[in-house]
Amino acid sequence: MPRRDDLDTILIIGSGPIVIGQACEFDYSGTQACRVLRAERYRVVLVNSNPATIMTDPEFADATYVEPLDVPSLTRIIEKERPDALLPTLGGQTALNLAVALDEAGVLERSGVELIGASIEAIRTAEDRSRFKAAMTEIGLSVPRSGFAYGVDEALVVAEEVGYPLIVRPSFILGGGGTGIAHDVDSLREIATRGLAASPVSEILLEQSVAGWKEYELEVMRDHADNVVVICSIENLDPMGVHTGDSITVAPVQTLTDVEYQRMRDAAFACIRRIGVDTGGSNIQFAVDPRTGEQVVIEMNPRVSRSSALASKATGFPIAKIAARLAVGYRLDEITNDITGETPASFEPTIDYVVTKFPRWAFEKLPGASPVLGTMMQSVGEAMAIGRTFAESLQKAIRSLETGRFGLNCDPVEVAYDGLSDDELVRVAAVATPERIFQVEAALRRFLPVERVHEATDIDPWFLDQMLQIVEERDRLGALSADRMTRADWRRAKRYGFSDAQLAHLWDVDVAQVRDARMATGVVITYKTVDTCAAEFEAHTPYHYGTHEDEDELAPLTRPAIVILGSGPNRIGQGVEFDYCCVHAAFALRDAGYETVMVNCNPETVSTDYDTSDRLFFEPLTEEDVRDVCDALSRAGTRGGGELVGVIVGLGGQTPLKLAHALERVGIPVLGTSPDSIDLAEDRERFNALCERLGIPQPPGGTATGPEAARAVAREIGYPVLVRPSYVLGGRAMQIVYDEAALDSAMAELGIAGSLGREGGLSAERPALIDRFLEDAIEVDVDALRDASGEVVIGGVMEHIEEAGVHSGDSACAIPPPTLPPAVVVTIEAHTRALADALDVRGLLNVQYAVKDGEVYVLEANPRASRTVPFVSKATGVPLAKAAARVMCGATLAELRDEGVLRPPATGGHIAVKEAVLPFSRFPTVDTLLGPEMRSTGEVMGIDNSFGLAFAKSQSGAGNRLPEQGTVFMSLADRDKPDGLLAARRFVELGFSVSATAGTAAALEDAGVPVESVVAKVGEPVGVDAVELISSGKVDLVVNTPRGRGPRADGAHIRQAAVIHRVACVTTVAAALAAAAGIAEATTREPTVRALQEYHADGQLRLEV
Amino acid sequence: MSGALREAVLVLADGTTFEGEAIGWLPDDEVATGEVVFNTALSGYQEIITDPSYAGQVITFTYPHIGNYGVNPDDVESRAPACRGVILRDIARRPSNWRATDDLDTFLRRHRLAGLAGVDTRRLTRHIREAGAMPGAFALDETAARTAAADAAPTDGVDLVAQVTTPAAYTVGDAAAPFLVVAYDFGIKTTILRHLEAAGCQIEVVPASTPAADVLAREPDGVFLSNGPGDPAAVAGGAANVAALVGEVPVFGICLGQQVLGLALGGHTFKLPFGHHGANHPVRHEATGRVEITSQNHNYAVDVDSLPAHVELTHVNLNDGVVEGFRLRDVPAFAVQYHPEAGPGPHDATYLFDEFTALMAES
Ligand SMILES: Nc1ncnc2c1ncn2[C@@H]1O[C@H](COP(=O)(O)OP(=O)(O)O)[C@@H](O)[C@H]1O
Ligand SMILES: Nc1ncnc2c1ncn2[C@@H]1O[C@H](COP(=O)(O)OP(=O)(O)O)[C@@H](O)[C@H]1O
Ligand SMILES: [Mg+2]
Ligand SMILES: [Mg+2]
Repeated sequence: MPRRDDLDTILIIGSGPIVIGQACEFDYSGTQACRVLRAERYRVVLVNSNPATIMTDPEFADATYVEPLDVPSLTRIIEKERPDALLPTLGGQTALNLAVALDEAGVLERSGVELIGASIEAIRTAEDRSRFKAAMTEIGLSVPRSGFAYGVDEALVVAEEVGYPLIVRPSFILGGGGTGIAHDVDSLREIATRGLAASPVSEILLEQSVAGWKEYELEVMRDHADNVVVICSIENLDPMGVHTGDSITVAPVQTLTDVEYQRMRDAAFACIRRIGVDTGGSNIQFAVDPRTGEQVVIEMNPRVSRSSALASKATGFPIAKIAARLAVGYRLDEITNDITGETPASFEPTIDYVVTKFPRWAFEKLPGASPVLGTMMQSVGEAMAIGRTFAESLQKAIRSLETGRFGLNCDPVEVAYDGLSDDELVRVAAVATPERIFQVEAALRRFLPVERVHEATDIDPWFLDQMLQIVEERDRLGALSADRMTRADWRRAKRYGFSDAQLAHLWDVDVAQVRDARMATGVVITYKTVDTCAAEFEAHTPYHYGTHEDEDELAPLTRPAIVILGSGPNRIGQGVEFDYCCVHAAFALRDAGYETVMVNCNPETVSTDYDTSDRLFFEPLTEEDVRDVCDALSRAGTRGGGELVGVIVGLGGQTPLKLAHALERVGIPVLGTSPDSIDLAEDRERFNALCERLGIPQPPGGTATGPEAARAVAREIGYPVLVRPSYVLGGRAMQIVYDEAALDSAMAELGIAGSLGREGGLSAERPALIDRFLEDAIEVDVDALRDASGEVVIGGVMEHIEEAGVHSGDSACAIPPPTLPPAVVVTIEAHTRALADALDVRGLLNVQYAVKDGEVYVLEANPRASRTVPFVSKATGVPLAKAAARVMCGATLAELRDEGVLRPPATGGHIAVKEAVLPFSRFPTVDTLLGPEMRSTGEVMGIDNSFGLAFAKSQSGAGNRLPEQGTVFMSLADRDKPDGLLAARRFVELGFSVSATAGTAAALEDAGVPVESVVAKVGEPVGVDAVELISSGKVDLVVNTPRGRGPRADGAHIRQAAVIHRVACVTTVAAALAAAAGIAEATTREPTVRALQEYHADGQLRLEV
Repeated sequence: MSGALREAVLVLADGTTFEGEAIGWLPDDEVATGEVVFNTALSGYQEIITDPSYAGQVITFTYPHIGNYGVNPDDVESRAPACRGVILRDIARRPSNWRATDDLDTFLRRHRLAGLAGVDTRRLTRHIREAGAMPGAFALDETAARTAAADAAPTDGVDLVAQVTTPAAYTVGDAAAPFLVVAYDFGIKTTILRHLEAAGCQIEVVPASTPAADVLAREPDGVFLSNGPGDPAAVAGGAANVAALVGEVPVFGICLGQQVLGLALGGHTFKLPFGHHGANHPVRHEATGRVEITSQNHNYAVDVDSLPAHVELTHVNLNDGVVEGFRLRDVPAFAVQYHPEAGPGPHDATYLFDEFTALMAES
């Protein structure tokens, strides 16, 4: 039965903000689903609170709702849009849980909405670990021994039956939140408590630990006719005990015989059939005992997952796209395989290369969190690499990470473990951490036996031997030199994945020398094609990866081509926002008749979907790899008469921007703002001079390499000052200091080489920057667009909710500015235009300002796409990224207006609030205090007709649901007390009762604000302290502003308690006032739900020029 | 990659050459010659190498890492490999699997089987896909390889079955089993015998040339026509014997067995450009409409239009429409082109063995 004609409108739920465990892979799957279903002529209604996503672009759905993903707003949307069906399997755990909640609330039945893809029954059986285990046992599949508990004491009893070590895992959680392995009663007590809190149904599973076994995943698809196929098999390099999301994983499986693989396949099919996933993709995880081959089922996800995104990119089989088709009635054999264009989708992809996925973590940004990997996912992103062998793909994956490594070895950091004795080295390698693979390499480089390393790490000897081969090759090469390398030597080195940079380091010569010597012997990279069939059939999709073989498969280039460099693995500070910009560029330039070429290495993204661009190169974003792609395209151009016009580096964040100079140097045209302008904006001295010339005020400041100089600068400009290293981004290691003592310790910290991980310490060329810290200043972000003719368009002026000092990426902000006086906005726009002209910007410019006492200071200018571009576009309807891409390729804004690409902003009286989403619930030991170092992983948008409602929406969207009444607990820093009073008053007016710590209580009572209860300081013997109060559930909102800094500073416990017990918490007075406003309106008026399409149609004004 | 690296070269009949290094058993003066085919399965190299259907052929593995899990005594399809050589990208030096008793390179040397590693197997596969399967030769000495490749005769019309069939009949399984099956050994895979046995059969395996009369004299409940190498039309006496059995006893054929049955029914066979060799071929079971992912290994196929009217098409290949199975409407006989026994490959079609026993039970 093909397409279901009984359905008209289909509702798709996205996965909300990017959080650890749910990243942009669901933007990829959701976007694919939207595209497919619209192509199938269905009316698509999409709900996702995340404005940074591509799927929430108005053009991908008929009605797009950027609204909180909760039952109330979904109910409103369903009642308004009356969808015939809800497809919940493409929005991650969030969408599944919401579907279940909507069903329980009776909403689906009441509005006659059919659940397609997976039934409630299937979701429950798969997600509820007790039902799941029962189901598996019922069909004769073995699962780890286990029992359930609903309280800590019960847990201790169950543990006696299951036996230690055991793993504690809460039901209905994502990314392994709240799980851990307990080795004894005490550790169990602690882990069980956390687990019970983490589970929405406060149910935990205590399970026999099979840590150390081999971990596997199968990506399976099923259609309604019960045809089932395996799309991809994945083997984890890290053994059981390390979450798959934190494991280095490899496709296809490497160390299973066909007999064992087929047994796993049979089990997977039995599982998906028993769970009853009617149609679509599922991910099934297995553990295998390396000593006996015994196989147990770990879990199944009845939906597309992170692994399905990986599987799609690894095989070329578009799981989400196909899943969407299956959900609306098609059978696998009724769908053709895009890639071959003739064979059906009812087959199992086979590949002729090896894929390696490597996670990327952010521990350096989370002081207080221990970088030990376990059953709870902690990585924030991942890179994938394709090579013909594991060695090649592993080395490519490592250099894709942008963590300063050139590969598995042969770089400045490879000496990191030389200081350790063999025993120490083996001991540290035994603990799974982000560094483990490099410790393993160090051990192998000393020729410690593979067996010994295997004993310590449980990493399969096959993988270890592959790494050993890289190490041996390193030795071999070490004995050679660039000029003594034969063609065979080069080819062999390259086939082990060594980059020219690695060899340059090994031989201590510069990269150019290595490259030239190699080229001289005729060893040039070749590009192969990802084709789902190992070349058995001709492929029609130019999805390529680089390797060193005989034959290159690139088709001739017949049109002018533009290379768009993506943003690499997601990390804090650089996420889906930049993928959004790159994807828009690809669409806009394709429409403009260019051949678009995408280069990226992040498997979670839309940009690495083979039909986003005309050609896709799944390659690392290093100088060598990007240059190779460009050279290959030029060669393809000579064959086909087309030419490489240039490369876009300004849309993928810092990653491609860093390459601008290098590319220009080798004669590859860099489109858009010139590398020199980029430098002018990024180089501290040059930028200061520029602002001086333009008469744009900056916070007074200076630089210092030692404590003495620092004191001098500080004395001159006055405290508080902001101290930061001059050479890191995302606010890395920034500190606000209020006195000399603090300054000294800050400088001391920066002084310690390596205190910034690999970034090194202070030096003359890398001084510390010391700026006057503008206290209680309002921070403002501006995104603007300038073309070659000099016309500038202001995309949006965003007023931050939190004051300057909270990183722009972590603070909430609003469009249009709710409190800025018009005169200030005018000044800001004028400064922005002046900067755009002075930097001769061609494309996007982001400027950050701090406004204090009516004076506007510029903090920094980034002549590139910024994190806020998608938010601005969703708020105003202006496709900034599209326009920027065209402008970079020479179009003028006037032309774009005529073409209709550029439209005036929608100003229908609505207001949009962006709120950041922080990863603290995963790192309970980290202080939640916001500061100049960015730590958010994602964002949500609240949009409505008043600031209060929009803010309230942004808060519930971010999981910080504001209470409607109850008790507000306040504990304020002295300097916050004056404004804190206003907030307190508003809360009392709103009928809240206030409790506070002694000092704050006194201040409030002096000002006549009634205080219900005065709370003891944390740890004080007398009375309940704040933590106890919060833990006992007697607090509905926590307002706690910092006194001093550092993870253990006063207040940290309070904020921590709030996180653990899921009590709404704000850490600035500004946010408290906004919250009051939000509560006031939320309680008096119903929030409305409107589609972006409606907002954007509103009150079109002229673009002011 | 163990030991000193020995450069070797593959030359195809059309002169195309590929560089690599010798693995397995390849003495300096030795040349490995055969029809070069490729197999796209990701796992199961040991079963593939020991599958007698590869007699006369050189197997190219499209998956780059071969030998990862070593070799073991159980995953063999015959006593010794019948293929002429293996070509691959990378052979595992250090296998890892709890059942492994040896590494692949040692296995190849023990069986005096030549191998070529380090080859751009994707380029080779694409070439065969475009130019068709053709003879080729590899050796340390390029000229030797070139000459051998030029002289190498194609396999069409060659009776390769004679090289792999059992010299004398032998019996597998329990005399008490409900069914007695006589199996024509055209190059039978061990896994097939295991499946027949599991389905309740005792199997008398007989040489390919055994006359129909001798078969009937054994009073079997059914006759099985095995898989095997090469050109079905060249199998001496095959078609004639089978023709004499159809209608007398239930007949079940697999792979070459289907082709021989097709010929016995008066149909004819043709050679595919590069055959089907892999574990991911979609086949539709016409009776149910269900898709089976199948294991395949054949260069020839039955021409559907050449089959008589009482033949019903039961299975079809969704990639290229090739006949994957048929049955006779009037008498108990059926066959499939693919490998329901897997070994290696998916288990989607094992039901066929039960259909065979059911058929025997009825008649
Ligand atoms: N019984 C077990 N013993 C040891 N490790 C386990 C066990 N069960 C799961 N794990 C580890 O925990 C990780 C997360 O478990 P999983 O069931 O996949 O939860 P999630 O829903 O977070 O993916 C797995 O990837 C695996 O490494
Ligand atoms: N002089 C200053 N006064 C107050 N806050 C500042 C000052 N300089 C920077 N900040 C705060 O630090 C944050 C990060 O600084 P910024 O220069 O934007 O670094 P990044 O390049 O990481 O964005 C800003 O968003 C702002 O909140
Ligand atoms: Mg999992
Ligand atoms: Mg900034």
